[in-house]
Amino acid sequence: MSAHISTTRPSRGAYFRVAVVSTLAGVIKAFNSNKTSWVGLGVFALVCLLALLAPVIAPYDPIDQNILFRLKPPSAAHWFGTDYYGRDTLSRILWGARISLTIGLMAIGSAMVIGTLIGLIAGYFGGRTDIIVMQVMDVLLAFPSLILGLIVVAMLGPSVMNLVIAISLTAIPPFARIARAPTIVVKNREFVEAGHALGYSHSRLMFGHILPNIAPEVLVMGSLWLATAIRVEASLAFIGLGVNPPTATWGGMIREGFENILDSFWLALFPSLAILIVVFSLNLLGDGLRDAIDPRLKGEQ
Amino acid sequence: MTAFILKRLGFAVVTLFAVLTIVFFIVRVLPGDPAMAILGDQASEAALSALRVRLGLDVPLYQQYFEFLGGVLVGDWGVSMVSGRPVIDEILKVLPATLELTIASLILGAVVGIPVGVWSAVRRNKLPDYVARIASLLGLSFPAFVSAVLLLMFFSIQLRWFPVISSSQGGGLGEHLRNLALPAINLGLIMAAYITRVARSAMLEVLNQDYVRTARAKGLAFAIIVRRHCLRNAMIPVVTVVGLYLGILIGNSVLTEIVFNRPGLGKLIVGALNQRDYTMLQGMMVIYTLIVVLVNLLTDLTYGLIDPRIKYS
Repeated sequence: MSAHISTTRPSRGAYFRVAVVSTLAGVIKAFNSNKTSWVGLGVFALVCLLALLAPVIAPYDPIDQNILFRLKPPSAAHWFGTDYYGRDTLSRILWGARISLTIGLMAIGSAMVIGTLIGLIAGYFGGRTDIIVMQVMDVLLAFPSLILGLIVVAMLGPSVMNLVIAISLTAIPPFARIARAPTIVVKNREFVEAGHALGYSHSRLMFGHILPNIAPEVLVMGSLWLATAIRVEASLAFIGLGVNPPTATWGGMIREGFENILDSFWLALFPSLAILIVVFSLNLLGDGLRDAIDPRLKGEQ
Repeated sequence: MTAFILKRLGFAVVTLFAVLTIVFFIVRVLPGDPAMAILGDQASEAALSALRVRLGLDVPLYQQYFEFLGGVLVGDWGVSMVSGRPVIDEILKVLPATLELTIASLILGAVVGIPVGVWSAVRRNKLPDYVARIASLLGLSFPAFVSAVLLLMFFSIQLRWFPVISSSQGGGLGEHLRNLALPAINLGLIMAAYITRVARSAMLEVLNQDYVRTARAKGLAFAIIVRRHCLRNAMIPVVTVVGLYLGILIGNSVLTEIVFNRPGLGKLIVGALNQRDYTMLQGMMVIYTLIVVLVNLLTDLTYGLIDPRIKYS
């Protein structure tokens, strides 16, 4: 059977090679059309690198207490000062980046996979499946995401895994919406019809043919939602629903800094800047790419 | 028109019912025993079961569910498991403070965001456009509590222009506004960032229309074209998106209320979460869903005011 069919179509490897090359070229073109995307990518990559290297480059242990050196302002020994327990703020920010990025990437990664799958199925099959699935998504979308996240974490208890679940739950409906719209457009194109005529299975058409075409839009939204996820994680930690102390989280650090805001402003200031830099870089990245792939804006340049 | 409103109301009721069902089961299925949360883990089994009976947690789940739905309909949202007062009273007590904050920040967001967005679109790819785009992107990168903490540091602690802890009780109108100012600026500027971006892209789309080119060709002043021909058409997407941003606004108002120690739904929900006050949480969900559904309905109706061509079919 395989021998027969392989004469009528390019091999699996060939198909994917073509898809990847054209996508990669498209990606670079998209980046070049809006230079701020490169800035965003560069800054975000730097943050990821610093987070990866935290165990090596952090000057102190992030949870090591030194009561003699508590609430010290920034100095040569402690660039960003020390907190109420005498812990080094810079080291805690570096280690906190690992928590923010891990939770953000895992939450958005899983939301992207599940949401895209839902949107793909709803858009591809249409009809009643579409109506029911999207109605459920709309009900979920109607709900303020921070409130939903709050409740889920409060009920499950604050751990890395539960935060990932809570945040990805709130991000699934938007990904389903984002994936569904282009699926409906692409499924009516000739090459999908040709696939039907050749007797390709639904799953092969969905994953092999439609998915590569809708992937850019989903990935661009992924970078914008990663920014949101990092913001939500920090917000939950600020409310007191972050990963349990003494683990360093940016939101938790700002919460502790806020309690000493009258005499030690740096405690809240530096983690605030850290969140801002990461979220801003991701927004720059995603926003630039979205403009580049938005068909409505094409041809205007 | 009537048919349209009825249809939207029908959808609103279905949404409300679905959310209530989800909330009821989430609150009960997830681990955590409210009786133990109230009495502490040292409490005896007898005391725990007595409290469960008092809270109505001893009857089967389906019975609790129907009692809950019936209660919501007649305005009986149960009593708080912690304070013992009716949930609806506690919510109505703080609701005006939250509404005041969100409406004030929505107005501020529109007053700043719409002109900046329009200006940015008109001066596309010029300096003002770049500044507005970067500033608005920066604005929506701020977690609401970060901007709140920074505002508090600068204006209340350094400059001492505003009180560090705001309270809505007592004082005259001036005092009241002074307490509202900083929280409303915090939420309003974030809203302005979102609104700027929608207003800009909506305006850009309208500026590309044929009738704009015609108007320019016949020599009409550009300022008049923008004001008379474009603004109204650009406002439809702005209104839609502002309706959708309500969720963001609500989430941000929770954080803002905590930082500025302002009474409101935000402080109420965080308190209820910490104490596992199930009935209070349910009540909060009901009120949030009601607000969201109501605003969506209002958004739909607003289209007709802006664009008389929309006939609500």
